[in-house]
Amino acid sequence: MGRHDGEAPSSTITSPGAIVSPVVSVENLTKTYGSVTALAGVSFTVDEGEVLAILGPNGAGKTTAVEILEGYRQADSGTISVLGHDPSSGGREFRDRIGIVLQETGIEFVLTVREAIDTYARSYSRRLPTDELINLVGLDGKADARIKTLSGGQKRRLDLALGLAGDPELLFLDEPTTGFDPSARRKSWAMIEGLTDLGKTIMLTTHYLDEAQHLADRIIVLSGGSIVAEGTADTLGVGRASSTISFTVEGADRPPRLEGGPIMTGRTITYRSTSVTSDLLALTSWATERGVELGGLEVARPSLEDVYLDIVGEAGTGSRAS
Amino acid sequence: MSGARYVSLVWGQVRHNNRVFWRTPAAAFFTLALPVIFLILFSVIFGDVEVGGGYSFSQFFAPAMAVFAAVSSSFSNLAIGVSYARDQGILKRVRGTPLPAWVYMAGRICSGVWFAVLSVSIMFILGWAFFGFHMVWANLGTALVVFVVGIATFSALGLAVCAVLKNADSSPAVANGVFLPMAFVSGIFIQLDDAPRWLQILGDIFPLKHFAGPFGEAFDPLRQSPILGWEHLGVMILWLVFGMVIITRYFTWDPRGA
Repeated sequence: MGRHDGEAPSSTITSPGAIVSPVVSVENLTKTYGSVTALAGVSFTVDEGEVLAILGPNGAGKTTAVEILEGYRQADSGTISVLGHDPSSGGREFRDRIGIVLQETGIEFVLTVREAIDTYARSYSRRLPTDELINLVGLDGKADARIKTLSGGQKRRLDLALGLAGDPELLFLDEPTTGFDPSARRKSWAMIEGLTDLGKTIMLTTHYLDEAQHLADRIIVLSGGSIVAEGTADTLGVGRASSTISFTVEGADRPPRLEGGPIMTGRTITYRSTSVTSDLLALTSWATERGVELGGLEVARPSLEDVYLDIVGEAGTGSRAS
Repeated sequence: MSGARYVSLVWGQVRHNNRVFWRTPAAAFFTLALPVIFLILFSVIFGDVEVGGGYSFSQFFAPAMAVFAAVSSSFSNLAIGVSYARDQGILKRVRGTPLPAWVYMAGRICSGVWFAVLSVSIMFILGWAFFGFHMVWANLGTALVVFVVGIATFSALGLAVCAVLKNADSSPAVANGVFLPMAFVSGIFIQLDDAPRWLQILGDIFPLKHFAGPFGEAFDPLRQSPILGWEHLGVMILWLVFGMVIITRYFTWDPRGA
């Protein structure tokens, strides 16, 4: 499948010197449900060809934000422009240019993959050929299989094919790999990376740090309805968050002092580590010299929770993401 | 966008609904097979009953069953089908595409008309072939007008039921719980000439009697002059308007959760 240069969004074919407006521009977006504040004044932009990840725990307001941009929900206040449209009133002209892959959407299970794509793609003014789509999402052998016979991952790939059916300029992916096993996630990532090569602008939400890190050019961390951090994986300090090394030792010798420990909890010894390789070397040398075994040795990468705590702590609010 | 494009989109939806319908045995059974079973059972049981002028029982029962099938295709089919589509997020998916909302609904309603035409034809052909039903061509125009208004009314009411339901699991119970008793008080199964007065009034309030009554009369060979009862159409149109008000007020495309 080639690039669709001839059909590039209008912002790229403006005369030289003209201001190229971002694909998505959001200012001071707010939304409350009763007494619950889902979004408390969120502002950001997405440029053409960019992959932006909205990262946050469940209930952070990710889906609310994205569904407002998709036109499903109405914001309480704020200025929103998506491809030059107000999503809530953009209508079919707006939806003709976007692709939506929702977290959970039903489909008629009695249809085949090909029939579903043909049915749902009919209303777009330009379409990617069905076979090309099936190929793109790797459902080649399943084109004529009923949807009810597909696995969860295959159904998700069909969702992606349906989101791409209208050859959208902007694609929304709401938690594209939640519930996937690691190998299925890797496959999906490769597929999404392929889309960025086609020049698509992508907004994705996720609660997996590594997913945002892997796929996105830029990450927005949403917590409790506000943006608590924004930047690339590196500038967010994700790399600085510490891993945990833990083990148990038989015997009375006290394990060595390192920067992040030891922290003794019952028989378990834990170190916080920002340089896992050298810390492990120190610990394993110490153990080998004494001929003791590091029982149940475990190295845990920083959890998203840890990173949030770091980020939220750095932001100076001190409050935990809810 | 051109009119032809819209027609083609509606046609695509009708074909899609048709495909899903035939692959969902429960829907096909309740919509098409059940009225046929009723026709056969009642015609066999009351087959020997002479109705005035030497006409068969089926002369009056086949049109009644045709109306039963038509309401099943429109009212029940939409109330249940659209509720489930909403619960499963299918409506939400549709709303995320450029397909206009009215095209989706028009597709649903046109499919209902198609199933209704199909089941009415089955009813008349079976009645004619096995149970002594004779087609009366003179009042076909009247029958068509009644049929169109009836289908429109019951489509609107089906969507209205869907609009007020919290979730799809209750939709078959509600749709059938409304439709089946209404069929009895509207004289679909049994003539109500000897029924208590309050029951007859109850039937007069609901739209089904005003669909089945004039539709059946159009196939009554004893009736000399064609009469289109405007009061019947009037009652149906009132219900049609009522249904539209409920739809505009309460219908949503988002799943509502259990």
